[in-house]
Amino acid sequence: MEVFLQQLINGITLGSIYGLIAIGYTMVFGIIGMVNFAHGDVFMVSAFIALIAFLILTTWLGITSIALALFIVLIAAMLFTSLVNWVIERLAYRPLRGSFRLAPLISAIGMSIFLSNFVQVSQGPRNKSIPPMIQGEFVLFTRNDYAVTLSFKQLIIWGVTAALLLAFWYLVAKTRLGRAQRACEQDQKMAALVGVDVDRTISMTFVIAAALAAVAGTMYLMYYGVVSFSDGFVPGVKAFTAAVLGGIGSLPGAVIGGILIGLIETMWSAYFSIDYKDVAAFSVLAITLIFLPQGLFGRPDVEKV
Amino acid sequence: MQDGAPDKRVDVARALRDAGFTALLAFGLFLPLIGFQTVTGIRNDLVLTTRWPLLFAIVAIVGAGRLAYALVFEPWLKQRTLRRVQPPPSAWRALASKWFVPFAIGFVIAYPAIVVATAGFGGAVKWVDNFGIQILIYVMLGWGLNIVVGLAGLLDLGYVAFYAVGAYSYTLLAKTFGLAFWILLPLAGILSSFWGILLGFPVLRLRGDYLAIVTLAFGEIIRIIIINWVDLTNGYAGISGIPRPTFFGIPFNANEDGFAAVFGLEFTPLYRTIFLYYVILALALLTAFVTMRLRRLPVGRAWEALREDEIACRSLGINTTNTKLTAFAMGAMFAGFAGSFFAARQGFISPESFTFLESATILSIVVLGGMGSQIGVAIAAIAMIGGTEIMRELDFLKKIFGPTFDPTQYRMLLFGFAMVLIMIWRPRGLISTRDPSVFLKKRKTIAADLIKEGHG
Repeated sequence: MEVFLQQLINGITLGSIYGLIAIGYTMVFGIIGMVNFAHGDVFMVSAFIALIAFLILTTWLGITSIALALFIVLIAAMLFTSLVNWVIERLAYRPLRGSFRLAPLISAIGMSIFLSNFVQVSQGPRNKSIPPMIQGEFVLFTRNDYAVTLSFKQLIIWGVTAALLLAFWYLVAKTRLGRAQRACEQDQKMAALVGVDVDRTISMTFVIAAALAAVAGTMYLMYYGVVSFSDGFVPGVKAFTAAVLGGIGSLPGAVIGGILIGLIETMWSAYFSIDYKDVAAFSVLAITLIFLPQGLFGRPDVEKV
Repeated sequence: MQDGAPDKRVDVARALRDAGFTALLAFGLFLPLIGFQTVTGIRNDLVLTTRWPLLFAIVAIVGAGRLAYALVFEPWLKQRTLRRVQPPPSAWRALASKWFVPFAIGFVIAYPAIVVATAGFGGAVKWVDNFGIQILIYVMLGWGLNIVVGLAGLLDLGYVAFYAVGAYSYTLLAKTFGLAFWILLPLAGILSSFWGILLGFPVLRLRGDYLAIVTLAFGEIIRIIIINWVDLTNGYAGISGIPRPTFFGIPFNANEDGFAAVFGLEFTPLYRTIFLYYVILALALLTAFVTMRLRRLPVGRAWEALREDEIACRSLGINTTNTKLTAFAMGAMFAGFAGSFFAARQGFISPESFTFLESATILSIVVLGGMGSQIGVAIAAIAMIGGTEIMRELDFLKKIFGPTFDPTQYRMLLFGFAMVLIMIWRPRGLISTRDPSVFLKKRKTIAADLIKEGHG
């Protein structure tokens, strides 16, 4: 019971990070029908940007207030990662829009290889670790010498994720941009006819996806305190799994899928085998796609001749 | 610009503005990751260093590149599109296309002799091994995957799993039972194709990107199992001391019963390399030949019909389940052959050789070459694998950029970049025309813009 509760807390934390990345997959897939393979690596790049911003703030500028530092790091990571993803969309995906079906996927795989190797070459292949930013935890209760704890880090991740999701929900549901996005999702040609700037909307989708991935990257760095150039692939696939599980194209689905994947992974590690935790996530992906391709909240894809 | 003379003026102000904007963008892009570098300090903590000169050099190059593009390349491109007329099919071209394949096969057969003649016995090993064998392995894998992706239109991102199954089947059977390479080669192929059918079954209902992701997941699952099943596979450490192939029972070593001694030659490791080169060449040509023949069989036609339109296929009474499974099995079988060859050639295998990057490389070779085109796949394999291998040889760059510059670091970086560029340049691959296997009176190639694929 204690282990279960502890893993529940850990799983939701991990799941929040996956959920934030998964929104990027689901939005991009919803609007241009493409699996943005490089999204996991965009997440990794954002963690590196956060790392560098954190080092500048703490070692050069000597900011001691962790809350302020974390806030600035978050903003910096979001800005620079958005720029990166905006440029990627312009260079690698926009010329291929409306082209042969496989072309954007291959381009995205190439971009993914490029990004991880770019970080490897420019920052070195070693793991980058920083001292823990935030320490301390609440002890919820103790039984049989096993303390169920909720650390401050986890609380921050929950809070930031919830706040951002709220802001993001407002953006999609209530603003002009969100309306344009939903219109493009349904029918790009028609949206263009009624005066929606489709190119700009798609660009903004990539920017928002990157900003959310940057939040995930910053949280990841804060939570684990270590990042390496190869950290993009596996979280990327797991977040994609989350997006599929929740029903690709559905935003609440992505978040709930993310939390489910986080829970499955931590529970599997606790009760079965930590070596095979990635197998659990990948199996969930395969099983969902085979038996429930529309996911939990997605619309079934009707096939027409 | 539909009527009147083409606008030859170049808008310099606009070009400058664009270049400035691009440079600014590049500055923002590269500021965090190029401008700063995290290095491990003396107390084992991370320390930041700056690289302003490098950052500004890159920004300047990007800006200048954009300026050159706007001033020189763009007008030229505009001129070219305006001037473009259909070139008359010259006799020389027809002749070249007719003799290209025989010439290419002749060249690859003569390749070891050419290399030995130019580089000598000492230098030839590298050229035959790193370029010849390495490229041919990828040509073979590309042709094998071409059956699944190019002909049947099933997007497979986990192809390397079958390659791994082949390699591990050969290794484990050879080490446990002491069976020979030539017995295990078909056996490894059969085992791999079983795995192809096994993994093919659950994913029959999926198509397109979804299929790609699930096959990716399967590939990763097999790799994770190989890593964690230490009793069988020795995990990350891998298996070494794999028996090497022999020349019909004669081993390639310096002993008295070795190949060199039996044939009265002086021992050099080159003989084995050349032998392996011809083995993989034969295997690759076998793959190509089988594929060519299969395309003319009902099953091959069913594959291609499936690629073009699955619904039409089903309404014509083609059993799509069997069609898809045979495609998976055939593709997996050739990957199994290539895998057991790989294990025999290296003498050492570990899960490191079977990562997702390999799958992505093979798939990109197929797509870059032009799906379904065997010549295209071979050209793409030579360009991509040969191109990255040649990066190892560029030692003169050290003289330009200083002794710490290591060109091999940039191999995968450029590989990824090249993938994006080639896709933008030719989204349908290098050879995008279709060569029909059934025709009414005359065989005509089908231009790429007439091909509209289903959702396969």
